[in-house]
Amino acid sequence: MSLLEVSGLSVRFGDSDAVTDVSFRLERGQRFGVIGESGSGKTLTALAVTGLLPDGAQVGGTILLDGAPLPTIERDMARLRGKRIGMVFQEPMTALNPLMRVGDQIDEAIRLNNGEYNTVDVAGLLAEVGLEPRHGERFAHQLSGGQRQRVMIAMALASQPDILIADEPTSALDLITQRRVLDLIAEICARRQMALLFISHDLKAVGALCTYVAVMHKGRLVESGPAASVFANPQQDYTRKLIAASRFDVRPEVHRRGATLLEVDNVRRDYRQGGAWLWAQKPLRAVNEVSLSIASGECLALVGPSGCGKTTLAKIVVGLDTATSGEIRLGGTAYHGADLPKALRRDISLVFQDPFGSFNPRQTIAASLGEPLRLDPGLSPLDRHARLVEAIEAVGLNAAMLDRYPHEFSGGQRQRLAIARALVTKPKLVVLDEPVSALDVSVRGEVLALLARLQTEFGLTYLIISHDLDMVRAVADRVLVMEAGRIVEEGAPEAIFTNPQHTLTRDLVAARLPEITG
Amino acid sequence: MKRILAHPSLAIGLAATLFFALLGLVSLFWTPYPIAQIEIGRRFLGPSAEHWLGTDNLGRDMFSLMMSGTLTSFVVAALAVAIGAGIGVPLGLAAAAWGGPVEWLVLRFTDFIFAFPALIVAILISTLIGPGSINAVVAIGVFNIPVFARVARGGALSIATLDFVAAGRLAGFGNAQIAYRHLLPNIMSLIIVQGTIQLSLGILSEAGLSYVGLGTQPPSTSLGLMLKDAQSLFLLHPFLTFVPGLCIVLIVIALNIAGDGLRDAIDARLRAQGSSNVVA
Repeated sequence: MSLLEVSGLSVRFGDSDAVTDVSFRLERGQRFGVIGESGSGKTLTALAVTGLLPDGAQVGGTILLDGAPLPTIERDMARLRGKRIGMVFQEPMTALNPLMRVGDQIDEAIRLNNGEYNTVDVAGLLAEVGLEPRHGERFAHQLSGGQRQRVMIAMALASQPDILIADEPTSALDLITQRRVLDLIAEICARRQMALLFISHDLKAVGALCTYVAVMHKGRLVESGPAASVFANPQQDYTRKLIAASRFDVRPEVHRRGATLLEVDNVRRDYRQGGAWLWAQKPLRAVNEVSLSIASGECLALVGPSGCGKTTLAKIVVGLDTATSGEIRLGGTAYHGADLPKALRRDISLVFQDPFGSFNPRQTIAASLGEPLRLDPGLSPLDRHARLVEAIEAVGLNAAMLDRYPHEFSGGQRQRLAIARALVTKPKLVVLDEPVSALDVSVRGEVLALLARLQTEFGLTYLIISHDLDMVRAVADRVLVMEAGRIVEEGAPEAIFTNPQHTLTRDLVAARLPEITG
Repeated sequence: MKRILAHPSLAIGLAATLFFALLGLVSLFWTPYPIAQIEIGRRFLGPSAEHWLGTDNLGRDMFSLMMSGTLTSFVVAALAVAIGAGIGVPLGLAAAAWGGPVEWLVLRFTDFIFAFPALIVAILISTLIGPGSINAVVAIGVFNIPVFARVARGGALSIATLDFVAAGRLAGFGNAQIAYRHLLPNIMSLIIVQGTIQLSLGILSEAGLSYVGLGTQPPSTSLGLMLKDAQSLFLLHPFLTFVPGLCIVLIVIALNIAGDGLRDAIDARLRAQGSSNVVA
């Protein structure tokens, strides 16, 4: 008998089907991965198993735990959830109570679920997830993202569950922490003989952790089987597409490098922290004496963990922030950030990370795309329109879409539109801040291919800000590694990845998840 | 229209509000009896076919007074909301768009106004210029300014961190253009909801000011003034108090229901669009 058996599961909201006819089995000790893009119904499937679906959801099909159906009474379900199923959520900051010490929260989970016979204690659980007892004395905001996720795992383990459900547990973490948390989950599952239901959009994370996978698409389970055979020999087109997309096989042709386009010279950015005048705290130095240069036609990547100052540097380069000291030279004109002369503004543009926040929801696409054209005062209305059409067609969309509003577009389309807005002034340098990290795996490849095509077509220069080493390796000519505001290593991608010098670079390279292979 | 009907509270609230507003508007052209017509001979009549709501201590027709009083209350409250939104929203947007000293100044200014009780200022204005509807409008309007300024600033601050605002800055827009093009359209729903709530508060304030004799002056009338006239006779003729009192209660409830419904309607629409970029 399987530990968990789901057959014919469906979840409906009103008239729309969110999950249709999903069946799978989870055996004791098995590590099962559910792969799907946003909106594929993977999270709803997990919530259905735990009986935590939002109000208004109609559930069909059967879910058997140890051969018995899930209780329908909420009180019994809560008890079952506490005893048998542990859950780890995506965002540990919001899943923990901010006003309670984390040790007390773990203790609460133990007391609620074990009754009289306590066999686990807080210290033991903290040790098991690799934390020290002193971490239990802290509040959630005093821990790092990875430590919070460890606390969540400790809480999930408090009841000694048979199943651990992890819903995108690492997507809010940076690369190095992600790897450590994944290794921890694998280790705990092996030690406790615990079954794992791992939900993720990241094929590599699933490949590294799970022995058995299921692929979901538009609410349906399109393919399932042992991880090795699904990845090596996918049966469905959709699975093939996902696997191909996760590989980043956009190989760069070597770009011809021209004269130096942009020079960043000893730029420093301090943020004042609290305190007044004499009692002021030491300022936070986000960017520390950074110097770099970009040749025209080049694709330069800036990588580093979150909080290393790479986005601040990008903001200074495009003129959204001002450097505290140092200067930037663009084609011979020096500026310090926000004082970028208006005539030069059209030569630099920025593509934002989040395709959902980068368009004003109350403006048509034409109005949003046309905004940067103000920097080109000589244009007649006809020319303006021609520019818009040219830009939107360059990114593979059509001119009829100009009259629509942002909410009518998918994430991938919006990112194309954001690229179109960046191109509309015919810039020389395009700064891309995590251009694909908010996108679904299957459209990442398309957007990167588009960027590569546009670079050769328009002779663009790219400065790519990213934490994703595999993406950088696929597109960049040169890589700069940044840590705590400083650039610590520079070189060609191949050289950096095969022979990393700095400790951070080594950690980053080591934390990359293995390519999925069959 | 379909969207309004999908929210029963919004439909009921709006319908009731419109009913009272229409009643007031009609009084501009027609009332059953002229409201200034005093006829002591027919005073204290109960409701009848001739006088639907009876007559008051001076023999004036209560229904006519109620129509005219409702109009005064609505006009005073609406003008006060217009003053409050017209000055408060630009101030709030300026605080969010410029930040720094401008924001500090706007916040201290709102604190300063909040620190004065509305009634005291109304008394001050009446002492300086004399009582009247216009003064009630000014007094209530001034106290709407900080409310709208705070709401606009709060909404705009959460919009200002979004990428499309940064994109606008990259396109060379100044703070004023950012506020007008990007911030204002996205906080409009907030302001509309706040407006309906301030409208109901304004009607209450107008009633209060008229009641203490600082608002509308006879021979024109307002719901608060009707209450004031009726209070000395409350034990003998309680009906004279109930008419304006119930009107005020119903209008305020209707506006609040409409405001709540409006917020739900706007919220739901945004949720359906999957757009989290708009504060509702």
